[in-house]
Order: sequence, then structure tokens, then C-alpha cells
Amino acid sequence: MTGIIDYGVGNLFSLRSSLAMIGEDCAVTGAPEELSRFDRLILPGVGAFGDAADKLRATGLFDAVRDYAATGRPLMGICLGMQLLFEKSLEYGEHTGLGLIPGRVTPIEKDIRPGLKIPHIGWNALSFKKSSPIFRDLRDGEFVYFVHSYHATDCGPYVSAVADYGGTLTAAAERDNVFGCQFHPEKSGETGLKILKAFCKLEG
Amino acid sequence: MITKRIIPCLDVRNGRVVKGVNFQGLSDVSSPVELAKYYSDSGADELVFYDITASAEGRKLFTDVLTRVAERVFIPLTVGGGINTLEDFDRVLKCGADKVSVNSGAIRDPSLIGRAAKRYGDQCVVISADVKRVDGRFTVFARGGRDDTGLEAIEWIRRCVGDGAGEVVLNSIDTDGVRGGFDLEMLRAVSEAVDVPVIASGGAGSVQDFVTLFKTLPRVDAGLAASILHFGEVTVSDIKTALRAEGVNVRL
Repeated sequence: MTGIIDYGVGNLFSLRSSLAMIGEDCAVTGAPEELSRFDRLILPGVGAFGDAADKLRATGLFDAVRDYAATGRPLMGICLGMQLLFEKSLEYGEHTGLGLIPGRVTPIEKDIRPGLKIPHIGWNALSFKKSSPIFRDLRDGEFVYFVHSYHATDCGPYVSAVADYGGTLTAAAERDNVFGCQFHPEKSGETGLKILKAFCKLEG
Repeated sequence: MITKRIIPCLDVRNGRVVKGVNFQGLSDVSSPVELAKYYSDSGADELVFYDITASAEGRKLFTDVLTRVAERVFIPLTVGGGINTLEDFDRVLKCGADKVSVNSGAIRDPSLIGRAAKRYGDQCVVISADVKRVDGRFTVFARGGRDDTGLEAIEWIRRCVGDGAGEVVLNSIDTDGVRGGFDLEMLRAVSEAVDVPVIASGGAGSVQDFVTLFKTLPRVDAGLAASILHFGEVTVSDIKTALRAEGVNVRL
């Protein structure tokens, strides 16, 4: 069974519906002590990094998620949930993340051609940097849906997919059992469902 | 590179899709859930649902429809119509909407956009403006094109974006439902005035209208379409194939 972590940040409706669509049992939980009962976890999130990290700490989920990842079971962060996997973020100040993947989260502004709109909103193509179990059913160039103004940097060896937006943006990163998608698989049509399905087949 | 988006728009009244010509003479087209699934399968990048219901019973029907669509269709869903308060945002977001579009509600309460953006994030808030030329001036209309607000459109849209609206839907009342092409003049003025995505609405009558839109105005990010798609003469995939042939980047 897959657990979706609820810490009051963002809308879980689509994620729950997409897991139901692919026939995966899932439950939403905000209780740190419950995480260990799941075979894998998804950390979603929309909004600002600092607020989200504070909420994770206030609820005790910060340590619980780190402990869970240490067991070797699969963990996937989506959008802000992906950014939280890194060591720190420079969004409105400097904030400490979960530190499960080396790297930091910085504004896309400095990595793209001037004059492009920010946030990076819409469908963009994935270009894979290495083979990943969650992308095993995808072809290079498949489109996924992005909405973000920050992305992970200084995480070179852990980048699994990038997207071109007048510069190279980190679209996905992973380290061992920890996976991050900057885009929204639950909003990326059939391609997104294939990613979620592959993730839900992973065992710790 | 990011693709230009093609967005079918479904006007929903009492749980059914309707599409009017210049906002009058509404005619029933089909079931929202079936249409949403069909559009998603044929390559729609996003869907917009406008609730044009007035009654409380209709509102309930609308959120039921939305829930059923969001359970089956996994592309971004924007909801508009009858959004006047943060509670309205909450109501539709809980039923699976990803973005909420505000029109008359923002005119009545100019603090709404700022408060919604603070609570749900800029990416969630869309300003939808119904604009018509009045004595040569782009003027914002409220209540489905019925009330002249006297507001100058560019100034109004800039203000909404400044308050936190993350996208702009520009609906030209002058070209809406006429199917003679998008309002390029109005779209140019708006897309040059703001730095957030601009979605063109009103006037799509042929595949060529989308080609003309994106070739003429590269700063426009997406095109909305209703009647041209609902009657099945043209598919989303026809539009995208034509765009790609003309060198416009699309998801196909």
C-alpha cells in the first residue's frame, strides 16, 4: 500500500484519483507514527519551501520521513515535495530541507534565457540523463506538466531527467530509493500515470 | 521547450455543457464527463469548466460533475463561474480543480485575488477578463458580458497580475462565438502588458485561426476553444498537427 503524506500543503485529490485509476491501494496520512506501515510513500506539496518545511517539522513528519527513507523503502517527492528532498532552498531566505539528495533549490531565473516567463508553466519534454526505474516505461521526449519557479541545482550525479526552457531545468532526480519529480505526474495524462505505476511497483 | 497549449472550454449549466453565441441562445452539446475524457484522449493540454449556473442546486450539480471529471481525467483543470469568495475557491479545489478563474468576483471584491493567491499560491489563481471595445477603448464587462464596468482592460489585468493572478484568460466579447478568428489586436495589447501566461479566448473558428494566433503573437501561451471542438468538425489533434507543420511547438 502507498501512503500519501498530508501536511496541509496542496491538493491531494488528483494524486489519490490517479493512484485509484492505476489500481493502487493508497491512504492519506499526516501521522508520523503511521508512515512505517506503508510499502512506499509520496510526499506532495505546493507553495513555499520555508512554510512547508516548517509544517513538516511542526507535525513531526520531518524526522519520520527521514527515518522512513533510511529503511530503504521507496519515497517519491512531487513538485515542492521533490524540492524538500534536497539539503536546502534559497526561496525567500535560506531553509533546510530533508537532505535526502545532495543539492540545493534555487530560482530558475538565473538558469534560463532572460525574457522567458516565470513560473515555468505548461507541458515540456523530458530528456533522460540516466535510466530510472520510475521512467522505465517512457520514451525520451515524452511530455509532462510543470508549474514552478525554483528547481534543484548542484545535484549533477543525481539528476535523472531535465527539461529545456531556454536553459536546462532539473525535472527529476533520484538517489537510491528516493525519487523526486519537479513536474506533476498526477497531471501529466497517460505519461504521468505510467510514472506512478512504475513507482508503485517498487519494493523496499 | 514549453509547448503552446490547446484548451477546450466547457460551459456547464445544470450539469450539462452548453455553448452560446455572443453569450446568448445557449444550446446543449453533451455530457461534461464524456467530453472531458474525449478531449483528454485527443490531446487537450488542459480543460476549463465555466459554471454558468445561477441556482444553489446547479452549483451542487457542478461540483459533482467536477469531481467525476477529476477522478478520470489527469490533466490540469481550471474552474470558473460563480467564484466570489475564498469559500468558493475551497469548494472547487476540494473537488479536484487545479486552478480557479475569477471574473466578476474580482470586480466586486478587488481584494479577492490577493487573498486567494496568498492562500493557494499564484499558480492557482487565474484572472479571466471579458473585454469589449466601447468607443474604441478596451473595457471590462462583468456578469457574463452583461454589465459594462467602465474599467480599462489593460490597467485592470495588470492590477490583477500584480495582486497575484498567475495566468490571464482574455475573452474578447467582440469575437466570441463569431468564429471569425481570435482578437489579435486585443491579445497583442494584453500579452505585451503582462509577464504571466496569456490564454486567448473568443473567436476560434478554424484550425488556421490557431496557427495565425501563435505565429502572429508568440507571447500568447495558449488558445481556448469551445464550439469549434464540441461539434466534432475539428479535433485538438487536427489543430496541433497544423501547428507543428508551421513550426509551432506542441505536445503531440
